[in-house]
Amino acid sequence: MLNVFLARWQFGITTVYHFLFVPLTIGLIFLVAVMETLYVLSGNEDYKRMTKFWGKLFLINFAVGVVTGIMQEFQFGMNWSSYSRFVGDVFGPPLAIEALAAFFLESTFVGVWLFGWDKLSPKMHALAAWLVAIGVSLSAVWILAANAFMQEPVGYVLHNGRAEMNNFWALIGNYQLWVEFPHVWFGALSTGAFFVTGVSAWYLVRKRNLEVFTRSFQIGVMFALVGSVLTVVLGHEQAQHLMVAQPMKMAASEALWNTSAYHAPWSIFAVIDGAHHVNPVDIKIPYVLSILAYNHTYGAVPGMNQIQALYQTRYGPGNYIPLVWVIYWSFRVMVVAGTLMVLLALYGVILTLKNRVSQHTLYLKWMVFAIALPYIGHTTGWIMTEMGRQPWVVMGLLRTNLGVSPTVTSAMVWTTLLGFGLIYLVMGIVDVYLFIYFIRKGPDLGEDPSEMDAKRMSALS
Amino acid sequence: MTLNVVWFVLIATLFTGFFVLEGFDYGVGILIPWMGQTDEQRRLLVNTIGPFWDANEVWLITAGGAMFAAFPNWYATLFSGFYMALFLLLLALIVRGVAFEFRSKLASSRWRQTWDWLLFTSSLLPPLLWGVAVANFMKGVPIDGRMEYAGTFWDLLSPYTVLGGLSLVLLSTLHGALYLSLRTDDALQATARETARRIGVLTSLVLLAFVVMSYYNTDMFIKAGVDPGAVPVLAGMSLLAVPFFIHWKRDGWAFFMTTLTIIFSSITVFLDMFPRVMISSLNANWSLTIFNAASGPYSLRVMTIVALTVLPIVLVYQAWTYWVFRHRLRIGGHLDY
Repeated sequence: MLNVFLARWQFGITTVYHFLFVPLTIGLIFLVAVMETLYVLSGNEDYKRMTKFWGKLFLINFAVGVVTGIMQEFQFGMNWSSYSRFVGDVFGPPLAIEALAAFFLESTFVGVWLFGWDKLSPKMHALAAWLVAIGVSLSAVWILAANAFMQEPVGYVLHNGRAEMNNFWALIGNYQLWVEFPHVWFGALSTGAFFVTGVSAWYLVRKRNLEVFTRSFQIGVMFALVGSVLTVVLGHEQAQHLMVAQPMKMAASEALWNTSAYHAPWSIFAVIDGAHHVNPVDIKIPYVLSILAYNHTYGAVPGMNQIQALYQTRYGPGNYIPLVWVIYWSFRVMVVAGTLMVLLALYGVILTLKNRVSQHTLYLKWMVFAIALPYIGHTTGWIMTEMGRQPWVVMGLLRTNLGVSPTVTSAMVWTTLLGFGLIYLVMGIVDVYLFIYFIRKGPDLGEDPSEMDAKRMSALS
Repeated sequence: MTLNVVWFVLIATLFTGFFVLEGFDYGVGILIPWMGQTDEQRRLLVNTIGPFWDANEVWLITAGGAMFAAFPNWYATLFSGFYMALFLLLLALIVRGVAFEFRSKLASSRWRQTWDWLLFTSSLLPPLLWGVAVANFMKGVPIDGRMEYAGTFWDLLSPYTVLGGLSLVLLSTLHGALYLSLRTDDALQATARETARRIGVLTSLVLLAFVVMSYYNTDMFIKAGVDPGAVPVLAGMSLLAVPFFIHWKRDGWAFFMTTLTIIFSSITVFLDMFPRVMISSLNANWSLTIFNAASGPYSLRVMTIVALTVLPIVLVYQAWTYWVFRHRLRIGGHLDY
């Protein structure tokens, strides 16, 4: 059991860490591609400086995203070999296609983009940025196709003691995928947009490089609004689908022990007693849970005790209730983060339309801190969706504790857990340091200063 | 059934592509602290592989993904069995990936030297580990009747397998030095040629020793017979041709020869293993093969269609990038990394 515990912590830590970098990669390259397209269309040098400034930050972030992603692909085999044997036939193909169709595209054209400024025509160069943007988004489609299978297995048969693919179109047509991917993608767009908006706000407060950062702020805040509104709307779609595919996760996210009334109220604050299956304190808003679950003011939502009884008859004895307080609170934190994002972005767009952004220093200062909101949303969202699926690693098919590698000892998992933890920590510190360094430095005027430094150094040596 | 063979060939191709492409950029990484006398020289060397290393590494990632999809048992046994080796490999790949991006971002010479040595170590470790792994693939490892690896990390290390690691490190370094002779000029180019000439001799000797030991440590002799056939002979001949091309200053040909050496050596290894993918040293019947380790026919068919559609496009645009960035880098020129 210690192995399962450690392997799960390793998966959790490395995945959450990886996903700190992924959304910014997806969101920021999209905005960089927009900026570069504006440069190509208008010929305005300010857009080129914006492209280079945000592009540099994109690359620093991208590097960490890439290297932590390699770890993701390898750890299924390393820590979860029984899982890999059981689902490889159907789970492996999306991963292989991700590498073939997405990793090659993004890694090749990120090199072309970075090194091609004076080798390619402006149009070809902008195309390279779009190809990277397409590559990273395609990558999200395929890895989420794999994840959607874990949430809602489709397109397979049980054969030879394992899950084998029997319908590829069902696998990529999985309804779960098409509520999950747009929610994640627009969340990623919001991450990039809030980053651009927040960093621009920092400059606007200091009245530095106004021409670059006024434009950046405008682009950023516009996409922040579009991104966050759609993230919320699509998240609602996903919640409704949970009612069909994973009602236990829905009930756990509400700490709903027993099936609700016909008009289900939504809990905003509960003290949860998991041992006795009761909530000593539970403050509720009428109707809202029915709206969340069915998009109507009516409809009863099944409770955990009832689903547990159902699952015991369906899957045999066992505890099918996940860790309720984690699911309950991560869902609420995500909802609050998303709501704040929508409100802040909306306010920013209104200020922009009235041309009064620069007067609202307090709002601009908030926006610097608001960079954190999408990160909080993503992290809690993933914790909810992955921990809410427990005890299953593949919903209804394979339990998490049966997925680990039988030959890997807990000492070995400890070693890698500490090793990766340490290197991730150091890398995170260096990454944030470089981010702050280049943000403070601002968009370059003329030649790249780091190159001038290098020349000065070589002249000295 | 034929699709199992197709996927064996595809995975062998991906690994071969990885050894050829990452081979030279590992070699460059290994050579950076030794060949670059000044910071600008070292920076220039990093930039010669700047546009390529990431896409080159994806050949390995794709090979891993393809193993997972086509031969899940191979993927599961190998990755859980060679656990600590893969841990070291991942640490190296993580450090290496950020080293390229971070190295020249700050002007401090301590910062840059630190990254240069990290780049060196993280470029040395992967070919060493893969060389050890390949030698183990050929020799066989303890795999039990449930397809699980029954040994420890230390069981993977023996004089023969370490020699395998050394062979791949040297071959990659030689390959990298020849690559540098194509991408630099003046003094650096001369240094690259001289380095290649020296390493070339050592590489040939170590590889010869490895081949001799392979006859004792693997079933190659039984399988291939006395005359090993054209492929290994071509591998040897292309390696022996390298010093002549260096002498004639035909750098492109010399680089092409090490490319052939790597391709033919890789084919030799995969031919020796076929149809096995993991050889059991405990019981020949417990070996993983392209049949008992494979996914079902439906999966293989889907994957074949996808791979044969996408891979040619990938090859075209990757080849195009090598054309775009074919120019030599010069001291004093613009450097992006």
